[in-house]
Amino acid sequence: METVATKPIGMGSKIVWAVIAMIGACCLAVVALRRGEPVNAIWIVAASIAVFLIGYRFYGRFIENYVLRMDPGRAPPSVLRNDGLDYVPTDKWVVFGHHFAAIAGAGPLVGPVLAAQMGYLPGTLWILFGVVFAGAVQDFMVLGLSVRRDARSLGHMLREELGPLAGVVAMFGLLALMMIVLAVLALVVVKALTHSPWGTFSVACTIPIALLMGVYLRWFRPGRILEVSIIGLVLLLGSIAYGAHVAATPELASFFDFDAKALAWLLIGYGFFASVLPVWLLLAPRDYLSTFLKIGTILLLAIAIFFAAPQLQMPAVSRFIDGTGPVFQGQLFPFLFITIACGSVSGWHSIIASGTTPKLLSNEGEARMVGYGGMLMEAFVAIMALIAASSLHPGVYFSMNAPSALIGTTPEHAAAVISQWGFVVTPDELTRTAHDIGETSILSRAGGAPTLAVGMAQLLHSILPGERMMAFWYHYAILFEALFILTTVDAGTRVGRFMIQEIAGLVYEPLKSTESWLGNVLATSVCVGLWGYFLYQGAVDPLGGINTLWPLFGIANQMLAAIALMLATVVTVKLKRQRYVLVPGIPAIWLVVCTLTAGWEKISGSISFTVAAQNYTQALQAGQLLAPAKNVAQMQQIITNNRVDATLTGLFMLLVLTMGAFSVYAMIKAWRSSVPTAHEAPRIALSSVVSQAS
Amino acid sequence: MNMTLSKLWHRLVQTARLSCGVPDYDVYVAHLRTHHPDRKIPTYAEFFRERQTARYKGTGGRCC
Repeated sequence: METVATKPIGMGSKIVWAVIAMIGACCLAVVALRRGEPVNAIWIVAASIAVFLIGYRFYGRFIENYVLRMDPGRAPPSVLRNDGLDYVPTDKWVVFGHHFAAIAGAGPLVGPVLAAQMGYLPGTLWILFGVVFAGAVQDFMVLGLSVRRDARSLGHMLREELGPLAGVVAMFGLLALMMIVLAVLALVVVKALTHSPWGTFSVACTIPIALLMGVYLRWFRPGRILEVSIIGLVLLLGSIAYGAHVAATPELASFFDFDAKALAWLLIGYGFFASVLPVWLLLAPRDYLSTFLKIGTILLLAIAIFFAAPQLQMPAVSRFIDGTGPVFQGQLFPFLFITIACGSVSGWHSIIASGTTPKLLSNEGEARMVGYGGMLMEAFVAIMALIAASSLHPGVYFSMNAPSALIGTTPEHAAAVISQWGFVVTPDELTRTAHDIGETSILSRAGGAPTLAVGMAQLLHSILPGERMMAFWYHYAILFEALFILTTVDAGTRVGRFMIQEIAGLVYEPLKSTESWLGNVLATSVCVGLWGYFLYQGAVDPLGGINTLWPLFGIANQMLAAIALMLATVVTVKLKRQRYVLVPGIPAIWLVVCTLTAGWEKISGSISFTVAAQNYTQALQAGQLLAPAKNVAQMQQIITNNRVDATLTGLFMLLVLTMGAFSVYAMIKAWRSSVPTAHEAPRIALSSVVSQAS
Repeated sequence: MNMTLSKLWHRLVQTARLSCGVPDYDVYVAHLRTHHPDRKIPTYAEFFRERQTARYKGTGGRCC
């Protein structure tokens, strides 16, 4: 059992891998070293593919054979507990597709776009090396651990391996993370739809379309997902096309023209109803549509980048690595590593890698492909988002992502400020871009989604030109991002509601019942109230919201990743495989250092929530009003918001430290023990089970 | 050739359905026949509805 079977590498494959390594090194050198002249995106694509192949073949296999010791002869939970429903041995490509569809979301598309303010190089390097040494390691190891433990969830494994208290602490952390995720993602939608009648109209149309699909699936043609999704897609495309007419007709446009505050309230109300209504009516059909559209759009983006082969217009490294950037504040370290979370390492994946995926894996030997390989695919999506953002004119990029507090609200003022930063742009270019995409303004549309949409629209337009096509592609991209973000919001609110009921059940037992209407409505209200508070705060934030909330999201997501990697580290020691402790240990320490440093700067540094609260307090005492507050009540609101954010950051830091302490304690105990102490399920040979079953 | 194409299509449909939380119906029916011959076999519509409800029971199934 402890022997490791490795085949020696043949001469032919040695040559192939040497060639891949050389190609990768050359492409990476071009990307990293060429200065002054634009680099083509294809170099980044080629470098990424080479790095991913090498990481998968060598580091992934090293983890498989030495750290996790995956054993193809061992029966996995899907075989042992086969029930034909949740636990089903499934073809590895099907599991891979399912796993990727579950981990891919808006995160890897948004983070890299924001990080592009530092230039394309820092983001590219962090995505490539972050995924190989941290993100894919986390996903793969959590999957590997779960497969050995009856497909248990992350929370369950934490309780078992680190103790019951650690499990409870992690549960609270998870809930807080979830609320921040929902608020930030909803804010991305708000930012994309503010004063955009076209976008708002087509996103609003998804509600009746989903209802129609729900009724169709329930009563007319039960379970015909593909059929109904095609109908839904056609209707969606129709709504985008008709949106142009809505935007062009002032009487119609006025019904769909909202400011950020109104949109925030609409989303809060929507989130409540979507998660209280029966799932088949709204939530599920929207989920189907967004799942397929997501995969389709990722493919479309890949095709667009491949055929358009754009030059990167953003510099390799911009002056904003010094922490003065307009998109998010803070220096390269630690804020780059917080801003790009999902594409490099995402704590959220540990929930999925210990959720449905381990129940489907038909063999331990396939865990590397699904866990490690799935995350590499996700990183590739992040790289594509970075390329799309970096291929935009930097002036356009900054005008879209900088808050109006810095660049003002007119194209003339914005162009003047951005040109001063060294990214020369004329007001005319900004107005023309807005006109091309069918909007009245592109200024301060922060949040990544609109920037990515413009990038995608330009790439697609360059391979499929046509009158007004760019506006169509832009609104298509906005719609698809809004669609899957809203699906996350509905489903997340439901999950949050169950978590709240579980926590409430610890205090008062009857609240736990998920069937009770009172419990349902109460917990849903609490859940919507929690994320809605942060969403509303983002909508009225002086710096545009994303600037403030994205770091909080990044800190929370990396905190969860740190916890998952701590679990992997502890189990490695508990299995008495101490010599490999650094494999999960180094990324765990790195993430702890990043989250704690970023957290500390957000609590006490010059860019902190505390300082922001102080500035507003001082102004208030001096009887002044600071923008965007228009009265004393709004000033006080901003002060409270900043204090809440500072407290939450402090709680996240405390959580990381507590989990770190639990981990160190568990590790010391395990290190001293002379025998393995991990809670693995006993090995049952696959051959014995299969022969019995047949 | 035809065989491989239809197999590929089947896999694609299976992946797409699984991504929406609906496992393979045929596999479930086969499982019931082998292991629980006494139980009633649900129609695809019944099976679909049961799975649809089960998917949103609150174990975070998707990422940001």
